[in-house]
Amino acid sequence: MKMLRTSLHEIETSEELKKLQEENENLMVCCGRMGPMCIPVYDIMEELEEEYPHVKFAVMAFDNPEAAIIRNDPACRGFMGLPFTMYYKNGKTVKATTSIQNRQQITSILNEYFQK
Amino acid sequence: MNEIFDVAIIGGGPAGLSAGIYSSRAKLKTVILNSGSFGGQVVLTDEVANYPGVEQTKGFNLAAVMKKQAKDFGCKLIGNIEITEYHLNDEIKKIVLSDGREIKARGVIFATGGRPRLLGVEGENEFRGRGISFCATCDGDFFTGKEVVVVGGGNSALEEAISLTKFATKVTIVHQFDHFQAFPAVIDEAKKTPKLNFIMESRIVKFLRSEKLEAVEIEHITSGTRHIFKTDGVFIFIGYIPNTEDLKGILPLNDRGEIIVDSDMFTGIPGVYAAGDSIAKKYRQITTAVAEGTIASLSLAEYIKSKVKIFEDEKNLVVG
Repeated sequence: MKMLRTSLHEIETSEELKKLQEENENLMVCCGRMGPMCIPVYDIMEELEEEYPHVKFAVMAFDNPEAAIIRNDPACRGFMGLPFTMYYKNGKTVKATTSIQNRQQITSILNEYFQK
Repeated sequence: MNEIFDVAIIGGGPAGLSAGIYSSRAKLKTVILNSGSFGGQVVLTDEVANYPGVEQTKGFNLAAVMKKQAKDFGCKLIGNIEITEYHLNDEIKKIVLSDGREIKARGVIFATGGRPRLLGVEGENEFRGRGISFCATCDGDFFTGKEVVVVGGGNSALEEAISLTKFATKVTIVHQFDHFQAFPAVIDEAKKTPKLNFIMESRIVKFLRSEKLEAVEIEHITSGTRHIFKTDGVFIFIGYIPNTEDLKGILPLNDRGEIIVDSDMFTGIPGVYAAGDSIAKKYRQITTAVAEGTIASLSLAEYIKSKVKIFEDEKNLVVG
């Protein structure tokens, strides 16, 4: 069941996340809620979809039990702020951030890890 | 961008969105330029229970409805932009964006809002999301069964501290004064809330951490004595600072960096108005921001109308 009200693709199962990782060289997933620290990140991702066509953008509800795959990712150890934002390259986690990020912070990660 | 807007609004919080709703509904060609995502500080508010006509809602829901209203009336919304130049003294104002785009308009309303004030203590940004938070609603459940500190003494600090008692075993408020600035009803509720403790006339001077936050060093301001206080998390709610750094020398600002306006929200520069949390005022509420956005929009509409009348009179004079 979809829980997040964004125009971004919402991942509902861990299997689906794995499939997206296999199908997309560059994948950014924001795992959060419909809250004040998460919504601005979704908004930025919606805008970046056009600018970064070589990156797949998706969201996953933090309260979805299937999101344990993100919550338990070793890259998220010590994270205590939503959202958890994951960057996957060829299926591997290359970067993870906790709490709100601005457009500049996000694009600098995209530019560093997901070069065109 | 060659089109000329009637109204350009800088900022997409409640003041900017209200100005956008009123201007676009008055058939003025309106654009709102916003550096982040729309909604302003209101999206940081969990429950809004004192907005007249709305029994109870989430801050981000209220902001989303305002944004939709502005859009539905024909207002153009451009988010996540950076403004590099303002040219406000000519009849047609010009705003230059970092990507080179130029936005032209007959009038401008500044509603740049504010942002949470930081303590200025080392590690504050580095440990954001790893023990330091600015949103109890978002991150409260990470501290279930743990002990947390809340810094601040206004409505936000006390309300968020109360809400954190749902998760934490102990919540300690650290405040710099010997009294709180929150509304009396909020103070009463805080004092009655079990699990809430208070350390007054004190401030955090150091975050002690290894991989995550482990303790803070607290200084008693009047005596200067310091002690280590173990905690799993710190929530910071110490007010806001106006987003006006880029407006120095462009708009009249007071010594706190707030934009000086008159009762019509006029800045003193023809065709330039300001509203919301970035202006010099006593009360900062969603309702006051909305009211100021409305006044700024109506005042600017009147200014534009007077300019059009002068233009029409001049045209008639030439023709006649």
